[in-house]
Amino acid sequence: MENIKIILSNASSDPIYIQIMNQIRQSILSGELRAGDTLPSIRQLAKDLQVSVITTKRAFEELEKEQLIDTVVGKGSYVSGANKNFIREQRMKRLEEKMLEIIRESKELNMSRQDVIDHLTLLYEEEQTT
Amino acid sequence: MNAIELRNLTKSYPLFTVDNVSLNVKQGYITGLIGPNGVGKSTLIRMMLGMVRPDSGSVKILGCDMPKQEVEIKQRIGIVSDECFYYEHLTIIDMKKMIAPFYKKWSDRKFNGYLEQFELSPKKKIGDLSKGMKIKLALAVALSHEAELLIMDEPTSGLDPVFRREMLDLLADMMQNERNSIIFSTHITTDLDRIADYIAFIHRGKIVFNETKEGVFERYALVKGDLELLDSDIRNEFIGIRETSVGFEGLVDHRHKAEQLFGDHAVLETPSLEDIMYFTSRGGYVHA
Repeated sequence: MENIKIILSNASSDPIYIQIMNQIRQSILSGELRAGDTLPSIRQLAKDLQVSVITTKRAFEELEKEQLIDTVVGKGSYVSGANKNFIREQRMKRLEEKMLEIIRESKELNMSRQDVIDHLTLLYEEEQTT
Repeated sequence: MNAIELRNLTKSYPLFTVDNVSLNVKQGYITGLIGPNGVGKSTLIRMMLGMVRPDSGSVKILGCDMPKQEVEIKQRIGIVSDECFYYEHLTIIDMKKMIAPFYKKWSDRKFNGYLEQFELSPKKKIGDLSKGMKIKLALAVALSHEAELLIMDEPTSGLDPVFRREMLDLLADMMQNERNSIIFSTHITTDLDRIADYIAFIHRGKIVFNETKEGVFERYALVKGDLELLDSDIRNEFIGIRETSVGFEGLVDHRHKAEQLFGDHAVLETPSLEDIMYFTSRGGYVHA
């Protein structure tokens, strides 16, 4: 079984199941957890994190919906066998959602398409020099 | 499957009534029974244990009828309470000798292990134990006969925070077996709520809700804002509201509607169980 790192924060405004889900997802997308790696059982993880079984179960169910993990009844959960392209696709999808959010916000601020592109270019260059 | 099924339980006392309560406690999960003092939590638990006879209604524990199959039920459940069920003049070891033969699945090895872990001396008299030590003893007994269901009445009263945290681990250990179930009652919301799957809220002898903790926190919202936002229609949206010279703070049980109603004009937060308990019990308006 792989060690997974999860740190729950009481100060976070995110519900606990979202925190668990985000951190497991992050471990998978970053390659820390690889396809086929087994995850701790829901009840073991609930004990380790001192949270409820249902909270943990919900985090796993959401990750299953995203096809990042698979659960076999009686055997537990493991990182989905989907290939790197799939994970990249998922990351791209999340990036696109964030971009859409930026576009919507920009429209609210009456920014033109060119304004947004210019702004993004500027930030992109700044980020590269640092 | 339900570990406990209460159907239309009614019990009247001169000053107080448990009023037609039905409640399912799910097998495989931890349920917290919360509510202020004197609203019926203990009465409900005593009816589950056959210590109080309901005026009407039925109790099923682990699929068995209480009180008809009380002996079988008692084999399979553990009771944790600070009320002493044992003889005060006996030592812990004498008490063990008396009760152990009753349980088919009793383990001396487990019991001695828990006594050591909980720092309880076997030679100590039951009558000399503090409230917290009695809870620990009851827990040791419950965990030593492979109870499938723990029924705990105010288990955190009298326990220091250090042991409360240790107890979370012990309970989570028990819950590794998905056939096991736990119900506990409490009037103070503590770290125990952290591991509760379901919350049953009882108030004035009635169940206000019994649902997953996640569901509760998604449904309720604490709204904070300026007094100018309030008029009589808006006030009616609240379960309870506290108004002061600097603003208001109120509880709603339909977060989505409140989001639409207040938009960005008020702050919406996820309430604690204590907030829910406070505003529901006080109800109406509090002017502070």
